[in-house]
Amino acid sequence: MTAQAPGPVALIVFILFFAATILLGSTVSWWRAHRPAHGADKSEDWGLGGRQFGTWVTWFLVGGDFYTAYTVIAVPALVYATGAFGFFALPYTIIVYPFVFLVMPILWRIAHAGRHATAADIVRARFGSRPLELAIACSGLVAVMPYIALQLIGIRTVIAALGLPGEIPLIVAFVSLAAYTWLGGLHAPALTAFIKDIMIYIAVLAAVIVIPVHLGGYAAMFATAAQHLPKPQGNHALMAGQAVPYATLALSSALAAFLYPHTLTGVLAARSADTIRKNAVMLPAYTLLLGLIAMLGLMAHAAGIVTTHSSSVVPLLFLAIFPSWFSGFCFAAVAVGALVPAAVMAIGAANLVTRNILTGRGQDVGAARIVAFGVKLGALACVLFLNAQFAIDLQLLGGLWILQTFPALVLGLTRIRFSAGAMLLGWVIGTVFGTYLCFQDGLKPTHVLALGGLHQAVSTGLLALVVNIGVVAVATVLVPGRRTETTVA
Amino acid sequence: MKMLRLALLLPFLGLLWLPFYDRIEPSFLGFPFFYWYQLAWVPLTSLLVLLVWKKGARS
Repeated sequence: MTAQAPGPVALIVFILFFAATILLGSTVSWWRAHRPAHGADKSEDWGLGGRQFGTWVTWFLVGGDFYTAYTVIAVPALVYATGAFGFFALPYTIIVYPFVFLVMPILWRIAHAGRHATAADIVRARFGSRPLELAIACSGLVAVMPYIALQLIGIRTVIAALGLPGEIPLIVAFVSLAAYTWLGGLHAPALTAFIKDIMIYIAVLAAVIVIPVHLGGYAAMFATAAQHLPKPQGNHALMAGQAVPYATLALSSALAAFLYPHTLTGVLAARSADTIRKNAVMLPAYTLLLGLIAMLGLMAHAAGIVTTHSSSVVPLLFLAIFPSWFSGFCFAAVAVGALVPAAVMAIGAANLVTRNILTGRGQDVGAARIVAFGVKLGALACVLFLNAQFAIDLQLLGGLWILQTFPALVLGLTRIRFSAGAMLLGWVIGTVFGTYLCFQDGLKPTHVLALGGLHQAVSTGLLALVVNIGVVAVATVLVPGRRTETTVA
Repeated sequence: MKMLRLALLLPFLGLLWLPFYDRIEPSFLGFPFFYWYQLAWVPLTSLLVLLVWKKGARS
C-alpha cells in the first residue's frame, strides 16, 4: 500500500486545529484571570502551576503527559510488529495506579511541606546529600530528553503523512512549542490538555467503531490479523518464552512511569493529596483508551496495511479508512497530543536544572524559560541531525536509568534508615550494570538469563533495579544511616 | 485497615502472572480472552483503589 497525500482539505483541518491550540496555550496568561496562589512566587507559578490544579485539570494534565502522542504512534507500531506481545503497555498502565495511590500522595505531602518541585529536591531533603541530589537530577534530565525528541518525531510522522516534505514543518512545530511553553509555563499544557484529550478520544473512538465495521466485526478483525502474525502454540496468545518478558516489562515500566520529571511535575502540581488519590481512581479511563489504541496495530493488519516502517502504521490506517478531512483531524490530534507532554517534559527538565544542577534553587523564572528552551533545542537537534533510532535507543536507556532512582525516591519514604552513601552506591552500580547489559544485548529491553539450563528473557531495567536494591541493602547493613536531617536545605 | 491495602496487590497478581490469561478461548464479544481479561482489569483496579481509599478514610 502506498501513502497517498490526503489533499488540501486534510491539511486545512490539520492547520486549523493545531494553530488554535498553540494560540490558546500561548495566550493562557492573558485570558486566565491572574490569581497566583497565596505565597507562590513567579517561578513556582510557571514551573508548577502554583500547586493549585484541581481534580479535573490534574486528570487532563497527567493523562495528557503520561499517555503521549508517541504512545499513539509507538504502541500500535509494536503491536503491528509483534502481535499480542505489544499489549504489555496495558497491564503496565493498570498496575501503575495502585502504586500511584500508595506512593504519590506521600511524595506530594513532603514536597508541599518543603516547597519541593522535583524528585531531586525531595531526595536532597531526605538524605541531605548533594552528590545524591545531582545523581537523581541527572537521571531525570537524561531520561526525559529523548522523550521530548520522540514527541517531535511523532509530529514529524503525521506531518509527513499529510504529504509535506522536508524539515520546515518540523521547525514550525518546534517554534510553536517553544512559544507555548515560554509564555504559558505549566498553565499552557494544563489548560490545553483537554483539547488534546477530547480530540484523541474522538479519533480513537471513531477508529475502533468504524474500522471493525469495515472489516466485519471484532471477531473477524482478530482472525484476519492473526493470519498476518506469527502463530502462537495451541490456545496461547503469546509466543513461547514471551510471558516473562511481558510481565517484567510491564512491572518495570510501571515502577518507572511516575519517577520521570514530566509525570512527577504533573503530580506535584496537584492541589492536594486527595486530588492525586481521586486521579488514581479516574486515570485508568485513559488506560481503556490505550487498550483501544493498541488494537489499531491489529486493525492495520486486518485492513491490509503493509509497511516495513512500523511507525507509519497509524497514519496509513487512518488514511486508508477515513475521509481525508477526518484524517486531517486525527493527525492534528496526534500533533497536539505531542505538544502537551513535550511542554511538560521541558518544564520538568528546566525545574531540575535550575533547582538541582545549578544552585539557584529555581528562584529565577527567566533562567527556567531559557533552560526549557535549550532542552527543546537539544531534542530538535537530535531529531534533525541524528537519526530517529538514536532517540528511540536513548529513550529505552532512559527508562532503565530513571528506574535506578526508585530506591532513593520511594524506598527513602520507608522508616528504614538508608544512608546517602548506600543509595549513591546502588544508583551507580545499578546504572552502570544495566547500561552495560543493554549495550551487550544490542539495545534491547530484555536480557536473557541462563538459570540452570533454563534460558529466560527478563526486563533489563528490572534486573538492574534488583542489583541496585541489593547493593543498597548490603551497604545499609554494613554502614547504617545516621539520623536523617530532613531540614537540610 | 492496613490489611485492606493488601487488596491493591490483586491487580499485580492478576496481571503479572501470565498463566492466568495467556489464552485465546473463551472469547467474549469477539475479543480473545487475552484481550478482554486485561481490559476487564481496568475498571476493576479503579474500583479496588476507590474501595481501599474510601474504606481507609472512614476508619
